Amino acid sequence: MRQMLLGLTAFTTLAAAGQAAADVNIYTTREPGLIQPLIDSFSKSTGVAVNTVFLKDGLAERVATEGESSPADILMAVDAGNLVDLVDKGVTQPIDSAVLKDAVPAQLRDENGHWFGLSYRARVVYVAKDLDINTLHYEDLADPKWKGKLCIRSGQHPYNTALFASHIVHNGAEATETWLSGLKENLARKAAGGDRDGARDILGGICDIAVANSYYVGLMRSGKGGEEQVTWGEAIKVILPTFRDGGTQVNISGASIAKHAPNKEEAIKFLEYLVSDEAQEIYAKANYEYPVKAGVAADPIIASFGELVVDKTPLSEIVKHRKTASELADKVGFDS
Amino acid sequence: MAAGLTAVLALLPVLALGSQALQGSAGLWPHLAGTVLMAALADTLVLLTGVGAVAGCLGVALAWLVTAHDFPGRRLLEWALLLPLAVPTYIVAYTYLDILHPIGAVQGSIRWLLGYAGPRDFRLPDIRSLTGCVLLLSLVLYPYVYLTTRAMFLTQSANLCDAARTLGMPRRQLFRRVALPLARPAIAVGVSLALMEALNDVGASEFLGVRTLTVSIYTTWITRNDLAGATQIALLLLVIVVTLVSFERWARHRQGYATAARSRPMQPIRSHGLRGIGLFLLGAMPVCLGFVVPAGYLAVEAFKRWQFAGLSPRLVDEALNTILYAGGATVLTLVAGVTAAFALRLSTGRLPPLLYRLSTIGYAMPGTVVAIGVLLVVAPLDRFIDGTTKQWFGVSTGLLFIGSGMALIYAYAVRFLAITAGSADAGLARVPRSLDDAARTLGYTAGAALRAVHLPLTRASLSAGALLVFVDCVKELPATLLLRPLNFETFATHLYGEAARGTYEEASIAALAIVAVGILPVVVLSRIGRNA
Repeated sequence: MRQMLLGLTAFTTLAAAGQAAADVNIYTTREPGLIQPLIDSFSKSTGVAVNTVFLKDGLAERVATEGESSPADILMAVDAGNLVDLVDKGVTQPIDSAVLKDAVPAQLRDENGHWFGLSYRARVVYVAKDLDINTLHYEDLADPKWKGKLCIRSGQHPYNTALFASHIVHNGAEATETWLSGLKENLARKAAGGDRDGARDILGGICDIAVANSYYVGLMRSGKGGEEQVTWGEAIKVILPTFRDGGTQVNISGASIAKHAPNKEEAIKFLEYLVSDEAQEIYAKANYEYPVKAGVAADPIIASFGELVVDKTPLSEIVKHRKTASELADKVGFDS
Repeated sequence: MAAGLTAVLALLPVLALGSQALQGSAGLWPHLAGTVLMAALADTLVLLTGVGAVAGCLGVALAWLVTAHDFPGRRLLEWALLLPLAVPTYIVAYTYLDILHPIGAVQGSIRWLLGYAGPRDFRLPDIRSLTGCVLLLSLVLYPYVYLTTRAMFLTQSANLCDAARTLGMPRRQLFRRVALPLARPAIAVGVSLALMEALNDVGASEFLGVRTLTVSIYTTWITRNDLAGATQIALLLLVIVVTLVSFERWARHRQGYATAARSRPMQPIRSHGLRGIGLFLLGAMPVCLGFVVPAGYLAVEAFKRWQFAGLSPRLVDEALNTILYAGGATVLTLVAGVTAAFALRLSTGRLPPLLYRLSTIGYAMPGTVVAIGVLLVVAPLDRFIDGTTKQWFGVSTGLLFIGSGMALIYAYAVRFLAITAGSADAGLARVPRSLDDAARTLGYTAGAALRAVHLPLTRASLSAGALLVFVDCVKELPATLLLRPLNFETFATHLYGEAARGTYEEASIAALAIVAVGILPVVVLSRIGRNA
């Protein structure tokens, strides 16, 4: 018992000491290795240590149940929908930072300051290299001429849910259901796996076109995913599709400040650092995402896709149609 | 008392989830019923039947092969057959997807042999299917059946097989008429463990495009932000599992399986020459497909990576975390499992069996769902402690249980209690009641009898259970991801992180480490199994 008490005292002292040093604690659904260079450079210049924990599902639940005792300062997530879920759960707080507002376009952040996009990616189409096609509308993916030739991941994956939700914004729910049935008819294999499998399956002759995110092309072609993936990346060319009455669908990776953030000031500093020119450049280079800040260039591999015309629909509007999109995917039996 | 505490601790997260489910989810069931429910139920059923049949037959046949026959290399096979346990389902799925892909080694060679130019001219059917999923899962799940059944063949069947022989039963009928019926409780335990592993798998299903009800849980929760609805589906799954298990128990409720005789191994039939080699090759095939191929694949990939970038120093910390937490959880789970099973043995009435059954249902739930349940229980406690110490002493303890990783160990125990409780129960079933009575007559308390009589007699099945829990904790991913403290990595989380970034070669080192850690207890266990 005595020992336990001693241990407890030591533990609390440590905990208190830890808090005094004002670390920034990040809960993230993104692999922290992706921003490690940024963390290192931030820690070096400010002396503030950054601790991370990478969660997959249940970020909102964890922060919510931890309540006011939670050590989390920053909540990072991919997909605007996940950020909105955090706000809905009441685990975020609004922040008023001129630096963030100036750097992040209004369409890629919450109007009340609950979340900010830090980088974004486009939902693009990979096509077999020898195919004579250079432009495409998302609506055309349901064209019967692609029957048995389309690869895509699960219709319930957030990347696809956001794309389907955008389609609803542009064409309405009814047309989206028809479109999804068409997509389903065109599938070359089960809607499963990851986006990179699209490129691999095109190389393997299973399909001719695949829907996938833009940055995977950088990850594959650069050799960061290993030699084999270079051959996948080289087997495809990338088309930036658009909606008939709009642009290319994009989604963000972003961050919020936790409601009970113990180190709010440092946390805001870190977010502001993430939208600095220097950080945005590292972001773009390391992850092959589009920088949110105007004037910072994308990586050459990504820039080679041509000019990106970002769809004008605000992300917060797309998020509202997520549930319908997900239910429609179930309705047409997209994954079965 | 201890048993009550075990039951309460095991049940709390499930009850917390139940209260979540009660919060209601408007329109979920009509939507599911109108869309994916039937398909998901059908997929779930086919997957369970398939894995039950394939893994069950494989496990039982292999257990019989190495106990009733003797051939060159049998000793090696006895433990090598356990090796696929060390390979997580998501790894076996990824490996075979890569190897059997049209641009992979196998199809490449076939095309070269047949003279086809490229994959567009010739390719084999896609592994991404329900059949593929059944086969791949069975390859790594059969050891659950093999392990439990072999222990039974070894210790129990021998005497009765000899007796049957003396009474003139032909050798070939022994298996069907004596050994198989006697091993039924063990087979039931093994198969239900394999089925529950298959049921809560999401990694392999994600790779292979199989849409079970478990996947619907995730869709409802993550994509549609409906935790209440997701827990309702999870609870429905539980009902299905509990029904299946209870049905099996009911079907043999009149049968007793105890044996008083000191066991000794069965006299195996010796085979030499070609026949011997044939038997060895037959037994070696599952080891090759379920272990050598994936482990070899990982070794090659890891070697490439090592040449390219060397070993990351993180691996040492990760190894410590992995072993420490899996080890701690194994001890806790073993104690809880023995407590639960022994309390069940001592008890009379209907409540204790029900409590026992309920406290082991964590195993049938997906890891993330268990983790949420644990969060709902532990986080309020953490907040209470933190709030109280702040108020009284002015210091903040932070999150005591979550921050120290204790919540994670708790989650492992809730999740895997079924394994140790099941093996303790199966082991105790073979200890005759007369020994309990004898011990009590000699003045032993129940606890003392447990230590002096039951534990030594059940050592083999308990070690088997402990091994399974340890390996399962090492492989466990979703609960580890959700409940771990800041800056805490295990092999599994490292692997997931790399996979999430798409740096699969780097991931292969962590994957190989998981497999390697999993092998150690397999070797230890095979020794215990032989001595017992």
